[in-house]
Amino acid sequence: MTSNPETMCCAEFQAQLPDLIASGAEAAAHPHLKSCEACRGLLADLETVAEAARRLFPGVEPPEQVWEQIESAIEKEEREKDGKAGREGAAFLTKS
Amino acid sequence: MQNSPSPAQTPNRMRSIGGADSSSAGPANRSAGPVAVIAANGAITDVLARAQAGDHEAFAQLYSLHKRRIYSLCLRMVGNAAAAEDLTQEAFLQLHRKIATFRGDSAFSTWLHRLAINVVLMQLRKKGLLLSSLDEAMEPSGDNGPGRSFGAPDLSLAGAIERLALERAIAELPAGYRLIFVLHDVEGFEHNEIAAMLDCSIGNSKSQLHKARLKLRDALRMKSRQEARS
Repeated sequence: MTSNPETMCCAEFQAQLPDLIASGAEAAAHPHLKSCEACRGLLADLETVAEAARRLFPGVEPPEQVWEQIESAIEKEEREKDGKAGREGAAFLTKS
Repeated sequence: MQNSPSPAQTPNRMRSIGGADSSSAGPANRSAGPVAVIAANGAITDVLARAQAGDHEAFAQLYSLHKRRIYSLCLRMVGNAAAAEDLTQEAFLQLHRKIATFRGDSAFSTWLHRLAINVVLMQLRKKGLLLSSLDEAMEPSGDNGPGRSFGAPDLSLAGAIERLALERAIAELPAGYRLIFVLHDVEGFEHNEIAAMLDCSIGNSKSQLHKARLKLRDALRMKSRQEARS
């Protein structure tokens, strides 16, 4: 086993691959790939997957009713909060 | 809430910038130019401050800006539109309850995603679809990830991957892999942001993303092979 980029084996290269890709460096220029068709294919496939994923953005819009439900749930929570505050206020005034 | 506008009425100026991050360029601002980003961030800061002060119209604008990403994340995580709608509703209700506590330590979209992810993970746990922690979900038992890729590539993913095929393959990923893949490769978050959202290390995020991509590659290659045979 060696960490020399020129002579490293596939296992070493693939162990470094997550960091290599995440670093933003030109992974395709790595010396190991000059002589390794399998790892070249792997890198190309991973780039194809990542590129295809980017095209899935921004995704799907939720139906309008989701906002309506959020609004009514917020209203309900606020009414309950106001009601509770009102009851507490009344209890305080009764005590004093 | 009677005076709140429908989110559909939110000005295009607000909707066109998507990410709404007040403190970073953020993934959803990736297509905007620098001037647009600065102007947009100023507007977003104002909307956020008003929403924090209890302004319902501003909250509706925040919903409009983030609904698509949050809903899509929920949908990809649970694979069911009705459940995704419920989770989106719960995430924004949580946001409404907690928005005053947002201090700007991270980008708002990162903070909101963290909140939504917690809602999703809680639901997955309730349904027994997730093990007790995300760490376990990220290291699925009985399936320690994709195999190594030594040997000659018998079939590469030449050309574009069909959207539907990719969506299906993503849906079949274990929850932990799926979450990180969607956050990074689809949503465009950086590893440091994902690490903050999921309480994991940056190294863990990188490693899980790599495994997720390898699993997707395996699944898509297998599909190509099956199609080639038939």
